Amino acid sequence: MKTFVYIDHFKGEVQPASWEALGLAKSFGSAVALVFGSGVDEVAKAAIEYGADEVLVADDSSLEDYRAETYASTLSALASSLNPNLILFPTTTRTRELAAMAAVDLNTGVLTDLIGLEANGDSFVATRPIYEGKLMEKTVCSGKPVMATIRGRAFAKPEREAGKSGTITKVAAAGEAKSSVEGYSASESAVNLGDAGIIVSGGRGVSNNPSLTPPAGMDEKQAEVWRAQQGFALITDLAQLLGGAVGASRAAVDGGYIPYAHQVGQTGKVVAPDLYIANGISGAIQHLVGMRNAKVIVAINKDADAPIFKQARYGVVGDLFQILPALTEAMKKKLGK
Amino acid sequence: MKIIACIKQVPDSEAKVKAEGGQVSWGDAPLVINPFDEYAVEGALQQKEATGGTVTALCVGPESAKEALKHALAMGADEAILVSDPALENLDTVGAAKVLAAAIQKIGGADMVVFGRQTLDNGAGLTPPQTARLLGYPMLGLAGSIKVEGSAVTVERVLEEGRQIMKANLPAVLSVVQSIGEPRYPSFMGIRKASKANIPVWSLADLGVSAPTAIVTRTELITPPSDTREVEMITGESPAEIAEKLADKIIAEKVL
Repeated sequence: MKTFVYIDHFKGEVQPASWEALGLAKSFGSAVALVFGSGVDEVAKAAIEYGADEVLVADDSSLEDYRAETYASTLSALASSLNPNLILFPTTTRTRELAAMAAVDLNTGVLTDLIGLEANGDSFVATRPIYEGKLMEKTVCSGKPVMATIRGRAFAKPEREAGKSGTITKVAAAGEAKSSVEGYSASESAVNLGDAGIIVSGGRGVSNNPSLTPPAGMDEKQAEVWRAQQGFALITDLAQLLGGAVGASRAAVDGGYIPYAHQVGQTGKVVAPDLYIANGISGAIQHLVGMRNAKVIVAINKDADAPIFKQARYGVVGDLFQILPALTEAMKKKLGK
Repeated sequence: MKIIACIKQVPDSEAKVKAEGGQVSWGDAPLVINPFDEYAVEGALQQKEATGGTVTALCVGPESAKEALKHALAMGADEAILVSDPALENLDTVGAAKVLAAAIQKIGGADMVVFGRQTLDNGAGLTPPQTARLLGYPMLGLAGSIKVEGSAVTVERVLEEGRQIMKANLPAVLSVVQSIGEPRYPSFMGIRKASKANIPVWSLADLGVSAPTAIVTRTELITPPSDTREVEMITGESPAEIAEKLADKIIAEKVL
């Protein structure tokens, strides 16, 4: 059984679920990692260290910026000539496009966002959530290769064996770019909720600290956003202490408190961390579908009837502006930080 | 500019969706326009307002999906087209893309085809790039803002790592995310216009294509075990005491 594993990276920074895909591939047989980009030797070496039997590297200036068209053509060309049974991807914004297009080229299908994948003879049976996680389906792909994107943190991450050596083979880039990358606005720090083991999240309630006096000259809306940002600073403190990411409800994003990239829920990210701490989030269904698969959910809210408590393992009815800093302090002491 | 907004009809987000006899059931819950596709219609209307032209809402689905198209019309789309055929019962995403691409070609192509990021039901998000690939249009996915200048379109894509500015020549396929702006409410006039609209229904024969064979098929539908989570409320005399207890509970869960 030969499996290709697409290693998704952004300027050399690998999406961790790529390694989880590599681990899954190894459980079926041999794993050939694919690394596309320009100047990506380090990524290729890391793939060997995470267990790839071989790495195929398309290192080409035309692949410097990810473009769906060129990446898909490069992948399709490799798959056509080398005939893998299975191509695995981490589920990311890039791989959804790339896998989708390559599947058109190869006349096969893509099974997305998988939480389970079992070999069944020559074929595979995938398990994936549908209807926002309200249902699960088992699904199969009759085309070849089977293409599958796996959900982050759903499969075990293999151990990295530093210094391990292996075969790295150069392959050609293919396809013609149909778009150009004009730049990046680095105004926002990288937010990778999908891979976060811990998420500390804030909602509308984060702006409700009446004890704060906003700087003079702000109108009502500016004052609200300013208050919320002070609240999110408390959330960031705890997130940083625990090595987690900062999430937000849609209300907080719509209120302009925090950028969209932090949004958890139906129109944001669906996440499944080990620990999710919801602060001042009432728990609209659109938010709950995005986080209810977290292992441990903690809710802090001043409204005892907030629906978020129905999903939580631990709940605190109270003022988050008092509880949250106290929790950060308590954690600092107990964790010896 | 000729803009096509591709939409789908799905059960409402509040619906109690369950598996019944191997089929998805949503009881009496209403079917609505896919919430992500409302952003697609909004994005299309914004571009029409910025550069002039028309917005056509396009949907593949059963006869009932006319209601979703009427929502798009009520928001301000100029016309709506439904592709409906009994042979389209079990479409996978590539199949849907093939039918959409054929319909877009029958319309005579477009300058811009706009999708929502994904659907609420299947949630794969594959159809927009697959439609782009079939049409040979560039794909600009996850656009948070759109700007058309002459024959080029520039979008700001919302990615895991931040925002990326990407540019392509029209025609292009775009998918949009929430940052595009809150979908407008249908106006009273819009609702009246939509209720009287005559929505053409195209069959596969009208498109001149045969029913795509599904490559991806469902073999089993599972209702996840219901959440029987019991919340443990943490109380105390002071925030410090509550925090202390809560920290102990979290540490005992061994998730740090």
